Amino acid sequence: MTAIAETSYPRAGLPRLARIELRKMADTRAGFWLLLVVALMGAAIVTITLLAGEAKDQDLHSLFQGALWTVSILLPVLGILAVTSEWTQRTGLTTFALVPERERVVAAKVMAAVALGVAAVVASLVAATVGNLLAGGSWDLPTWLLGQGTLFEVLAMLGGVAFGLAFMNSALAIVLYYLLPTVWAILGETVHALDKPANWLDTSRTLEPVLDGRLTGTEWAQLGTSLGVWIGLVLLIGLWRLRRTELK
Amino acid sequence: MIAVDHLTKRYGSQLAVDDISFGCEPGTVTGFLGPNGAGKSTTLRMICGLTPPSAGAATVLDRPYHKLDNPGRRVGVLLDASAQHSGRTGREVLAVSAAVLGVRPSRVGELLDLVGLSKSAARKRVGAYSLGMRQRLGIAHALLGDPSVLILDEPANGLDPEGIYWMRGLLRDFADRAGTVLLSSHLLTEVEAVADQLVMIGNGRIVAQGAKSELLAASGVIVRALDPAAMHEALAEAGLTATPGADGALLVEAEAEAVGRAAADAGLVLLELRPADTGGLEQLFLSLTREEALVA
Repeated sequence: MTAIAETSYPRAGLPRLARIELRKMADTRAGFWLLLVVALMGAAIVTITLLAGEAKDQDLHSLFQGALWTVSILLPVLGILAVTSEWTQRTGLTTFALVPERERVVAAKVMAAVALGVAAVVASLVAATVGNLLAGGSWDLPTWLLGQGTLFEVLAMLGGVAFGLAFMNSALAIVLYYLLPTVWAILGETVHALDKPANWLDTSRTLEPVLDGRLTGTEWAQLGTSLGVWIGLVLLIGLWRLRRTELK
Repeated sequence: MIAVDHLTKRYGSQLAVDDISFGCEPGTVTGFLGPNGAGKSTTLRMICGLTPPSAGAATVLDRPYHKLDNPGRRVGVLLDASAQHSGRTGREVLAVSAAVLGVRPSRVGELLDLVGLSKSAARKRVGAYSLGMRQRLGIAHALLGDPSVLILDEPANGLDPEGIYWMRGLLRDFADRAGTVLLSSHLLTEVEAVADQLVMIGNGRIVAQGAKSELLAASGVIVRALDPAAMHEALAEAGLTATPGADGALLVEAEAEAVGRAAADAGLVLLELRPADTGGLEQLFLSLTREEALVA
């Protein structure tokens, strides 16, 4: 116990907060199992490709693509839960009492999400490498796939964080996150007028070519536009809500 | 050192907290009393910057809470012991916060020992904890950063009598080492034993505040007659105001003699006539609780 003038306690820097947020994603029962399932799914797709896939898919390039795509399916849930558990598990009462600048907590979560996205790429590459050692396929790996693959995983995590923050509720955020592409698909195909905008706003369309080949200028623009809305705008709405919300 | 200055919280048309002001000094324990739903938790959340006030302000150690450099090192906060991730172990809850605060990791073990959570209990997930264990974990959490101010919302909830006794000792000791303690409760008896100062609220407003010794030595007498209704009437005729309490007892703000004469004049049988010691506060508290019940 010391008077405030005598000692100053520096607040935790963002890198430390980000490491803590990363730890919080894995130190709960749900987080641990989710991570394990994501890893097992990545390993499983590589195994299945080796056992039952066509010979042309049994090389580093294809195995890596397959692992990246599979891992990205559940990754957003980790991003969502990293945010929404502060409300559904009410840990926000502690988190935001210890770090009252709420934007700093969000920044730390975003950094942790990016780190986990990168980790997913590394894990996918390890799985693909082990697979290819067994398959004996080509070791060619284009650099664009490393770059765009990393972007793909990081965006999956960030999408989860954005949805989690905007809805502050696990069930709602998860359902809407996974329902959205379906809604677009139905709308884009049934309502003719929406077909063109869908090319710019439907993330399932704009993300599709990211793992398949080097993106063209138009594809970059479409990807940027759709993610500006579904990650950028949604995150801003979440931040706006967070600023004024009451933590109970 | 906590200063609450005209704090007000409005939800729509409802005033949850209505113009509350009080202060807590180092070396003292302040009991923040009121029935459930009186606005205690909202007030504490406003002090900690978790709920934005509609009007007024609060400072801790002369600053708004969010301006403290590393708040957990200054102020230990326990707002709700159940607000912990059910899938995280007790030890991990403390370890995560220790990392945020920047205290050495060995403090986690020390505090688990201090609050009496065993090694095996600390390894369990919080979801498997009883409310009493959660309170102990919450108190360990509040003390983690070695703060000079403690803000605790209903910390005795769920603790067994031994636990309540232990916590009193802990808070008294904390205050005696020049710490400032603010704790809320909906039970007068819980804070009576440890608090130096009391702030009592009902319906969002302060109804009584001051040093415990003064408040408990409130003027007036308690009178209990065989026929409480007739006694009330007799007092009214004598021009004395009476507040009904438990068991037909009445709190009268007058000398015992005046009350006794009123009873004698009306020919009433008295069962009890004594100075209102803790009774004064208790009657007030009970009448508050009763109002709440009537409103609900």
